[in-house]
Amino acid sequence: MADFGSNMAALLPEIILVISGLVLLLVGAFAGKKAVPAINLTIVGILLLVAVLVLLRIPDAALSLFDGALRLDALAVFGKFAALLASALGLWLAYGYLKTDKRLTTEFGVLILFAALGMMIMVSATDLLALYVGIEMQSLALYVLAASNRDSLRSSESGLKYFVLGALSSGLLLYGASLIYGFSGSLRFEGIAAAIANDASVGLVVGIVFLLSGLAFKISAAPFHMWTPDVYEGAPTPVTAFFSVAPKIAAVILIARILFDPFLQMLADWQQVVIAISVLSMVVGYLGAIMQRNIKRMMAYSSIANMGYALIAIASGTAGGLSGLLIYMVLYAITTLGIFACILAMRRAEGMVEQMDDLAGLSRSQPALAIGLTILLFSVAGIPPIAGFFGKYFIFLAAMQANLLWLAIFGAVASVIGAFVYIRVVKIIWFDEPPQQDFVPVSRVQAILVASSATLMLPAAIWFLPALYEWSEIVALSLFAGG
Amino acid sequence: MEIGLAHYLAVAAILFTIGVFGIFVNRKNVVVILMSVELILLSVNINLVAFSAHLGDLAGQIFALFVLTVAAAEAAVGLAILVVYFRNRGDISVDHINLMKG
Repeated sequence: MADFGSNMAALLPEIILVISGLVLLLVGAFAGKKAVPAINLTIVGILLLVAVLVLLRIPDAALSLFDGALRLDALAVFGKFAALLASALGLWLAYGYLKTDKRLTTEFGVLILFAALGMMIMVSATDLLALYVGIEMQSLALYVLAASNRDSLRSSESGLKYFVLGALSSGLLLYGASLIYGFSGSLRFEGIAAAIANDASVGLVVGIVFLLSGLAFKISAAPFHMWTPDVYEGAPTPVTAFFSVAPKIAAVILIARILFDPFLQMLADWQQVVIAISVLSMVVGYLGAIMQRNIKRMMAYSSIANMGYALIAIASGTAGGLSGLLIYMVLYAITTLGIFACILAMRRAEGMVEQMDDLAGLSRSQPALAIGLTILLFSVAGIPPIAGFFGKYFIFLAAMQANLLWLAIFGAVASVIGAFVYIRVVKIIWFDEPPQQDFVPVSRVQAILVASSATLMLPAAIWFLPALYEWSEIVALSLFAGG
Repeated sequence: MEIGLAHYLAVAAILFTIGVFGIFVNRKNVVVILMSVELILLSVNINLVAFSAHLGDLAGQIFALFVLTVAAAEAAVGLAILVVYFRNRGDISVDHINLMKG
C-alpha cells in the first residue's frame, strides 16, 4: 500500500493530461481562431510525450494505487501506451483533414485528449467504480466527437444514435456492477475474487452477464452492434478512424482484465457467453460487410468481425490467449489506422467520396497508395505472409490449447469467407475502369501513415513481430502470475 | 410485512425493465428515451443503496453518488446532441431518425 504522495506520483501521466486539457481549453477560449491549429498540434505532442512517459515509468512490480482502485502493471502500461499512441495518430490524421475543410476547432483536440484520459483509467481500473468512471469519461467525449460536425444531419444523427445506445449500454453495465457488488460485497476486484473463491452465487453470474453485455456494446460485438454501421458512416471520417482503434483497444483490455482477474475462477460460467458473442460477431460482421458498398460501413462490419476474433482469445482464458489478444489488437490497430488514412485520401476536387467503386483506377492514378492499401487489406484478410495472418494464428493457437478446437476452425472458415470482402476492394483498385476524375494528391500525414503501417505488415519488418510477441508474453504473464 | 432487501431489488428490477422497454418500444420522442435512460440509472442507484445498507458497507452509496453525477453529465451531453440534431432535422421523432439504415 502506497501513501498519497506516491499514489499521485504514479498517476503523473494522467495528471499531466488533465491539467493540459483544462489549460488548453481556456487558451482556446481566449486566443480565438488563430490558435486552433497550434493547440491541436500541441495536443498531438502532449499525447505522444505522455505515451513515452508511460513507457519510461514501467514499475518493477505491479503497483496497487489508491487502496486497490487502480493498478499500474505491465498490462496497464501496454494499454495506456497503445491508447495514447492511437489517439495521437488519430488526432494527427484528423488535423490535416479538418484543416482542409476549415472545420478544425479547439474542442476537437481537447475531446480526444479527455477520451484518451478515460481510456488510461479504463485499462488500469481494478475497481468497479474506477472502471465505470473511466468508461463514462471516454464515452461522453466520444458521443460529442461523433456529432462534432454540427451542420451535418448525418453527423448529428450518428451522434444521437451513439448516445442513446451508449447510454443504454452504460445502464446494462451499471446494473451488472450493482449485482456483482451486492453478491460479492465489494467493489474491488480483489474483494470480488475472494468472494468468488468462497462461494460463486447465481447473482454473480447474472451480474457478469449484464456487465459483459454492456462492454460488448462498447466494442461493438454482435448482437450489440446495431449502432456501429450508422455511427461509422455518419461521423466525420477522421472521427470514425479514431473510434475504430483507440476505444476498441481500451475496452478489449478492460474486458480481458475483468474476466481474467477476478472472474477467472468462473471461467465455465462466462466462457459460453463470450463464445456465443464471438461466433455471432464473426457471422454478422462478415455477412454484413459483403452487403456494403460504402467503404466506411464496410469497415464498421469488418471491425465487428475483428472483435469476434478478439473474443476468441478472451474465451480461451489462458495467458497464451491474452498474449495473442494483445498481438491481434496491435496489428488490428495499425492496419485500421492505415486503411482509414487511405479512406481519408479519397478526396476529389468537389469533396470526399465514400463508395468502394470510387476507388476504381487507383492503381493507375496513385500506384503507391494502391500498393499500400492492398497490403493493408491483405493483412486484415489474414493472408500469409503478411502480419495480420500471425495475429489470427496466435489466437487460433490459444483457442486450440484451451480445447476450443472447433472455435478455431470456425474462425478460420469465417476468415476465408471474410477475405472476399477485402479482396473485392483490391479487385476494384487494380482491375476496374477508372472514373473520369482523379483523387487530389494525398497529404503528407496520410502518406507517412499508410507507408509505415503497410511496411510494418510486411515480412520485411521481421524485427517487429518478435518484439511485439515478447512484450505481449511479458504482459500476459504479469497478469496471470500477479493476479 | 417487513420491507427487506428482496423488495428493493424487485422495485429496481421493475424500474430497469421499464427503462429498457421505454428505449425500445417508444417510437415517438427522443426525449422519452433520455427519460428512460435516467430511469435505468436510478434503478441501479436503488440497487446500490439497498445492497450498501444490507451489507453495512458505504462503498455502494458512494457509487450511487458517482452515478448521479455522471447521469447529470450524460443528460447534458445528450440534450446538447439532441438540440444539434433538432436544428438540422427540425423534428425529434424516433421514427424519423433513419437517414442511415442500420
